[in-house]
Amino acid sequence: MLPITERTIAPGVTLRAVQTGKFKTSTLAVTFLEPLREETASLNALLPKVLRRGTRTCPDMESMSAALDDLYGGSIEPVVRKKGEVQCVGFWASFLDDAFVPQGTKLLEPAAALLGQVVLDPAGDGKVFQPDYVESEKANLLDKIRGEINDKLQYSLSRLRESMCAGEAYGVGRLGSQETAAAITGQALYARYRDMLETAPVYLYYCGSAPIHRVEAAFRSAFAGLPEGKRRPIPSTQVVKVPAGEVRRFSEVMDVTQGKLVLGFRAGQRYRTKEEVARAVLFSSVYGGSTNSKLFLNVREKLSLCYFASASLAMSKGVMLVYSGVEFANFQRAEEEILAQLQACREGDITAQELEAARLSAVSTFCTTLDAQGRLEEYWLNRFFSGTDFTPEELAEAISQVTLEEVVEVARGIRLDTIFTLCGKEA
Amino acid sequence: MVKHVYPRIGETVFEEVLDNGLHVFVFPKPEFGKSFAFFATRYGGMDTRFQLGGKWLDTPMGIAHYLEHKMFDTPEGNALQTLSAAGASPNAFTSTDITGYHFECTDRFWENLRTLLTFVSVPYFTEESVEKEQGIIAQEIRMYEDNPSWQVYHMLMENLYVHNPVRNSVAGSVESIRAITAETLYHCHEAFYTPSNMVLCVAGNVDPEAVCAMAREILPSPRKPAIPRDRGSDEPMEAGKDYSQRTMAVATPLFQMGVKVKPGVDGPAQLRQRLLGDLACEALMGSSSPLYSRLYTQGLINASFYCGYSDDPGTAFLIAGGESKDPAAVRDAILAEAERVGKDGLDDGLFQRLKKSAYGAYVRSLNSFENLCVQQARSYFAEQDPWTFPEIFDTMTRQGAEDFLRTWLRPEQVTLSVIRPEGGDQ
Repeated sequence: MLPITERTIAPGVTLRAVQTGKFKTSTLAVTFLEPLREETASLNALLPKVLRRGTRTCPDMESMSAALDDLYGGSIEPVVRKKGEVQCVGFWASFLDDAFVPQGTKLLEPAAALLGQVVLDPAGDGKVFQPDYVESEKANLLDKIRGEINDKLQYSLSRLRESMCAGEAYGVGRLGSQETAAAITGQALYARYRDMLETAPVYLYYCGSAPIHRVEAAFRSAFAGLPEGKRRPIPSTQVVKVPAGEVRRFSEVMDVTQGKLVLGFRAGQRYRTKEEVARAVLFSSVYGGSTNSKLFLNVREKLSLCYFASASLAMSKGVMLVYSGVEFANFQRAEEEILAQLQACREGDITAQELEAARLSAVSTFCTTLDAQGRLEEYWLNRFFSGTDFTPEELAEAISQVTLEEVVEVARGIRLDTIFTLCGKEA
Repeated sequence: MVKHVYPRIGETVFEEVLDNGLHVFVFPKPEFGKSFAFFATRYGGMDTRFQLGGKWLDTPMGIAHYLEHKMFDTPEGNALQTLSAAGASPNAFTSTDITGYHFECTDRFWENLRTLLTFVSVPYFTEESVEKEQGIIAQEIRMYEDNPSWQVYHMLMENLYVHNPVRNSVAGSVESIRAITAETLYHCHEAFYTPSNMVLCVAGNVDPEAVCAMAREILPSPRKPAIPRDRGSDEPMEAGKDYSQRTMAVATPLFQMGVKVKPGVDGPAQLRQRLLGDLACEALMGSSSPLYSRLYTQGLINASFYCGYSDDPGTAFLIAGGESKDPAAVRDAILAEAERVGKDGLDDGLFQRLKKSAYGAYVRSLNSFENLCVQQARSYFAEQDPWTFPEIFDTMTRQGAEDFLRTWLRPEQVTLSVIRPEGGDQ
């Protein structure tokens, strides 16, 4: 068991800490939970990038790097994540755990202090950010958004979400769009920053060997400058009912040698409680989650159509994406097989062996989460923003209780909504 | 069995050599629920020419990777499914110089280790099953071909090296793999998948003696001598080609700059040179350097920039890469800064901070069981002890880093590989 301790630092400011000496590093994270919206997505995505450029005490890149190098090469990285229709904006920091620092030096307190300064004490005059930082990070953000085409699979997944969920917050990209990014001004960014500091719920996280009293004291001191007052509740995610009409199809042509096929499905519900998540995880694992899944065994191994074919289910939105890289000429066959395998799940055509293999794989995923700091942080963020607090061990236990009928029920609730294909120029 | 203790980094390693020549390394991790096993052979994408039964064989490019895929075939079906049905997460990779098979699990470790040792040591495939894999691997190769980061690196290696086989694409091409037959795959297995050419590394809450006992039970016992192989003739010091580019569907140009370096004379010298090379690179152009800050502010590089030292058997190079509007300007700035540092030296404060930082990064990387095992395996093949890095760090000086930059950063050893967006100029 890796116990997690929760402390309320101020109204709307929560600290969760996992105490363990098993890692060589300690992780510190701060996350502001913002509703994902077209108007604010790019501003929110830009904020941590600009903040990371410098603080009042370390006003430029060289002094920031020097401060981090001095702390034995610690890192403080801007992180923007999309969780359902919540944009999680903040920093992920990793430092050598105190046990491995030469001469008994303690890193937790100075590391937390530096993290706090990055969030609360940006370089500049206290009224706006440094204009050159805003301009250069805005240019980088635009490059990053334009650069989404570099990774053909991620690009295809984003295009599917945009097309399928047009008009829903879920259709908004993690970094916003080129248009919203290009329109950012220094004033608007600073106003957004102040608003986020004052109103967004804040989630602080620690994982490492220090006892809770030290962690709490370090975070309290580092984030003492957070404005007081009432903060918004954690933003919610809208679930859209299962589509009634025809399957929608979108396609795009690019200079590629391999096609990408993405199918978007809706479940018409979210999976929030431990039991709901357990059932959905197990279904997803049976259908397309491991090397024993129906998609892997049939689309890849039986038909040799692809190198990968997988399914991933966004729990809070109730949207499942199935994706594969195939030859252009094989789109139709791959699509038929992907749907045939879902139909098999709906009809309960799942062998005991398939179910147990999927179960073991899913249980193992959550057990090994306890052994990886990055995944552990992600796991607890998922719990926090969905308002739950079951542990990875409890989830693994719940997965081991799920029945075949419950898996079939999840499969039956899922309906195809939209298909996206990325085609080559010669196709 | 020998027990090595490394108190500065909190690691203990048990090492054993079996009669058949297999080296076994075990990292006991009593606090962790998961275990990780890695079984590797010193055979990779660069090993296409070797001697078997007194005759030289030339095999198709991509064959080591193809063999990796086919090794999973077993009389019972497929080892990927056997392992995942037993709750393990299995995978494998082929690099330039090694092929490794691994799994991670939280339960049924011994059953899974048995599966791993068995399927990797017993080839089981037919012409038909080899033929069937063509479609899957062809799609894997297509996936790489559409990946700009893969392309930029592939071009870099082709530019840097004239005839060393590290310039081969590990997976080969859709054309080269067509020539692969079951018979050739059996030959490759016979040549390279022999225990004396392999290593087994395990990290987890396991008994080291029991790991060795299982390896003794399952693996073949005769110790076979090493197979002669051709890893290319000597390379000139100059880069084969100083520039190449191609267009792809990308938004901003992607680049990699490579600097050819002569590898150290033996394992320990190579390890020392890698640590020093990495540190010198950081001091010259890493994120804490004045150059980085200047290029970033000028908009010539962004947060995607990286740099470091890389080596494979018989080769070594410095690499810097990322996205840039003007890759040639970045290359020129790096060369100019190297010349300046060669004359004026490095800032001592910067160097001392970077030493701390690099030390921290090495310790942090030990969190990953996969990294522990893969590093141990690679280092064993290269005759190095990777866990002596704290002691090597103690002896590294600013002058050493300056000398390194002076010796190697020469324009004739440099090459640039660029991926440009379609419709861009040039």
